[in-house]
Amino acid sequence: MRITFRDAAHLIRLVVVVLIAIAAFAGLRSLMVPETFGQYGHYRGAALEENRQRAVSFAGRQACAECHDAVVEAKKPGKHANVGCEACHGPQAKHAEDPSLKPVKPDSATLCARCHEKNSAKPRGFPQVAAKEHNAGMACADCHQPHQPKI
Amino acid sequence: MQAAHGVEGFLYPNEVELQWSILIVLYPYITGLVAGAFILASLERVFKVEAVKPTYRLALLTALAFLLVAPLPLQLHLGHPERSLEMYLTPHRSSAMAMFGFVYLWYLMVVLLLEIWLDYRKDIVQLSKTTRGPVGWIYKALTLGSSNVSEGALRADDRIGYIVTVIGIPSAFLLHGYVGFIFGSIKANPWWSTPLMPIVFLFSAMVSGIAAVMILYMVSTWMRKKPLDTRCVDTIAKYLFYAFVIDFSLEMLDLIHRIYEADESFHTLDFMVQTRLYMSQVVLQIMLGTVAPLAVLAATQLWTFTEAVRQRLYFASGVLTLIGIFAMRWNVVIGGQLFSKSFLGYTSYKMEFAHREGLLAAIALMILPFLLLWGLVKLLPPWPENEAKA
Repeated sequence: MRITFRDAAHLIRLVVVVLIAIAAFAGLRSLMVPETFGQYGHYRGAALEENRQRAVSFAGRQACAECHDAVVEAKKPGKHANVGCEACHGPQAKHAEDPSLKPVKPDSATLCARCHEKNSAKPRGFPQVAAKEHNAGMACADCHQPHQPKI
Repeated sequence: MQAAHGVEGFLYPNEVELQWSILIVLYPYITGLVAGAFILASLERVFKVEAVKPTYRLALLTALAFLLVAPLPLQLHLGHPERSLEMYLTPHRSSAMAMFGFVYLWYLMVVLLLEIWLDYRKDIVQLSKTTRGPVGWIYKALTLGSSNVSEGALRADDRIGYIVTVIGIPSAFLLHGYVGFIFGSIKANPWWSTPLMPIVFLFSAMVSGIAAVMILYMVSTWMRKKPLDTRCVDTIAKYLFYAFVIDFSLEMLDLIHRIYEADESFHTLDFMVQTRLYMSQVVLQIMLGTVAPLAVLAATQLWTFTEAVRQRLYFASGVLTLIGIFAMRWNVVIGGQLFSKSFLGYTSYKMEFAHREGLLAAIALMILPFLLLWGLVKLLPPWPENEAKA
């Protein structure tokens, strides 16, 4: 016996339900995917412009050197010569624009540990200490000169 | 290094803490049960194994209940419930993980729901006429407004259902092969990176799904105080045995290959299996969860036991199998994160308890599919005696 159109009528209803589901999927998807997604690559194109609009917070090494040339000179022979000023002192664009805004001095006890805390995954030649045993909470800058890190 | 983590030897800083918790163990375990249960159902439908018919509908509902829960461990692991829908709605082809939406929705919508609907349609139409109240409305909605259950209409259902099942088998393979692929394709991790991974996942999925449906069928029959169809469980146990033999052979092949190849990672992985993974890999997965149930199943194939003894043996081997496959998922997911990429150190996994990714959440997620199944069974009774008469 052949299957007639009437016998398949409920299947057509099913197809309609499936089509509605696919349309809902496509509709929700287009709502969720940001408009500029994929404009230049696998990311939101507008993100570039949004990032460009953000206020500049880093002044850059050259700006620091304009006033603090003595510090730059002092750093030159030391191992920290190529460490950017703002890597330790934080973003200072505001201070560069208005030198009367004095930046907070970094807390050397925590700052130095970021790079120099002992960790067996670090190269052996890299200076590192177990801070708890080495200085027991004392500020590193009490003994070391951060701009020329020797005792 | 930090003793709190149980770290030994040399580890890179980002290796100390495990990022993939017990929830990521549950994900392949649950999807495996889905794929396995569906493949058991298709035995009856496509391969005409009439003996397993009493479990056909139960297997489909089990697959659905577990499939609905399958993405929840991922959701819980990822956090950000406000973005959770994106996992389904914004899939793309640029990464294996981002394919999830395609794989999941295809399997849920196109395969499982369609097959269940087509198979139950006659029952749904009958129930929509006899049931009152909110449950009656659910049945009415499920009929899609058509109460045509004429001979021709049912034959149309059967034919479409057959096609859906035929599409469903490779889809079930795809679903779990995909989960295995996610691990197998991580080339940076020697514990995972093998093209055998999807195939091993697939066969272990079949093993766990068949065992789960067998146990569910036995327990539900005992609870309903009905006689167990021994021919049915005999046949399921036979297929469980076959699937298990293939699964075990593949895993051994992988192991022998690793031992013979003995690449630069071998000593590290070997040491890990001898120490940190000894309990979960050697004892739980291999001895208790694979060799023991295989031996019991082999015994039932070789010697003749009474019905009651056979049922107990099947039940015991099913439970051991489920423990063994869970241990296998654990060893893959957790084991792959315990050693350092430097091959010089090991970390350990400390499971949280009452935490978003802790033991309590995992237990709740494992109970949830059974609650869903209970609800589905109430709504769409899968028992042979309830099937709508022609």
